[in-house]
Amino acid sequence: MEKKTYIKTYCIIENDKIVLDGKTVFENEASGFADFSKKAYQYFGVGYPKFFKMDNLSKLAFLGADVLLNGKIDPEKENDIALLFANKSASLDTDVKYQESISDKENYFPSPAVFVYTLPNICLGEISIRHQLKSENSFFIFDAFNPGFMADYANILIHTKKAGQVLCGWVEFFDEDYKAFLYLVSDEGQNEHNKQNLELLYNS
Amino acid sequence: MLREVFISGTNCITPIGFDVAANIDNIVNGISGIEKHENNLMQNPYYAAVIRDSEVNTAFAKIASEDNYTKLEKLMILALYPIVSQAKSDFGVKTAFLLSTTKGNITALQDSNIENAQLTTLAKTVAGFFGFKAESIVVSNACVSGILAVSIAKRLIQANVYDEAFIVSGDLVSEFVLSGFNSFQAMSDLPCKPYSKNRTGVSLGEATAAVLMTSDKKNAKVKILGDGSINDANHISGPSRTGEGLFRSIESALKEANVKPNQVDYISAHGTATPFNDEMEAIAFNRLEMGNVPVNSLKGYYGHTLGASGLLETVIGIESVLRNRLFVSLGFDEIGVSQPINVISKNEDKEINYFLKTASGFGGCNTAVLFEKVK
Repeated sequence: MEKKTYIKTYCIIENDKIVLDGKTVFENEASGFADFSKKAYQYFGVGYPKFFKMDNLSKLAFLGADVLLNGKIDPEKENDIALLFANKSASLDTDVKYQESISDKENYFPSPAVFVYTLPNICLGEISIRHQLKSENSFFIFDAFNPGFMADYANILIHTKKAGQVLCGWVEFFDEDYKAFLYLVSDEGQNEHNKQNLELLYNS
Repeated sequence: MLREVFISGTNCITPIGFDVAANIDNIVNGISGIEKHENNLMQNPYYAAVIRDSEVNTAFAKIASEDNYTKLEKLMILALYPIVSQAKSDFGVKTAFLLSTTKGNITALQDSNIENAQLTTLAKTVAGFFGFKAESIVVSNACVSGILAVSIAKRLIQANVYDEAFIVSGDLVSEFVLSGFNSFQAMSDLPCKPYSKNRTGVSLGEATAAVLMTSDKKNAKVKILGDGSINDANHISGPSRTGEGLFRSIESALKEANVKPNQVDYISAHGTATPFNDEMEAIAFNRLEMGNVPVNSLKGYYGHTLGASGLLETVIGIESVLRNRLFVSLGFDEIGVSQPINVISKNEDKEINYFLKTASGFGGCNTAVLFEKVK
């Protein structure tokens, strides 16, 4: 019999609002993601200037991971937390911006600082660096949040001992339309980790 | 008890061949797909390994009457076609379809067509051609995508989520990626020279590769023994100086397989020919005391095919295992990394039981998968 796993904690970011374990922890007037993410950064005292070099997708994923892991892990120690992330639009939000920088030959300015973010898994790198997670990581693309796949794969990582815990995330960002749902899967907790519970939380 | 997982079908479509046999013939003869190109994709001439459109269309016309597919879709369908035809599967919900790519149909953005640039649109088109029923699993994890898909499929089959998985990987040479790598000053002004003293960067390439993975030992070519995919947690656009993530990925794969580093007979490494990548790999291999294991990079034949590279190089590596034959690391002359590694400098026979495939990429990602010959 395989050990049960639990959703230890979760966080939702959408509509200029951050909800942690069901409680609203930050809210901003509707003024777009740039302002929202900056205000949230200030509110939580993130203190990580590299944040401002990130693209929207990485900012969204980074903020979610920060809110979720803050105070729950000791960055001085090895934390065996795998990253399992997915979204619909990959890095298209930044791809479109990069495409604009090369489409006009008279105004051609491809930038390595933009190009590097034309990969969706860069946000996993940002989170790994921030929390010093030298751990399993993978990024998937689905049409919509896929709780069945996410639950299966997170359990596989824990049951095969590839990871102690799994930070899962649906981090969708395209053209000011965004939603992040991050949660930590662990072998301890109250809320059972399964497809139904993930669906409930995602839609809460 | 976890199930065993095997690879029982392989194929690849590249500038040097539209099936595995043709690719091996050219590799044996030291023929590269990298050529000089002068066109509107770049302001200056550049070296890249590109598949001619006319060859793609001719090959595609033999298997399909419709033509309303993009070049990448045709190449992915061509890669999967013989494997799917042989498999005679009924493609129920226990048959997975994994597609790995970094940029997919990114050229659709030139026409501002967001929908066609979505990776799930690409996956649905390819899956629709073959009638796969399970929802497509798209892996987009930079330059490890191709080999990471093998690791993921192995874990899903092991855990009984699926019984078999078709995987296709592919990426094209586009203005988008050429300009990006060029902006990083990461492009070689000559065909790339992995691990060489005078290497100056990557040559880009395009290819597709496909495999069938299954829990059924019948027709198995290799067994997948272990895998790991561990982040450096160091830098988003450069590898760790200590090779930490690659070191840990290989360690994880070997530990799972219960195989010691000195038992590995052959490493098909990433070898992009950028100064930092090749150096990082040499450090990671030496930390594991694998400096003597014969190693090659196939980038000298194919260029860096991004999300396809890991799977393409696995397909070719499997041929090394089956033929007990090591292939030259094309473009290599004088060793140009600080730690000793055993770069393959001539085609030679060698009994290969354990084959390790590794890859690393932007975002600090790394993947290692260990394969064993099926006796």
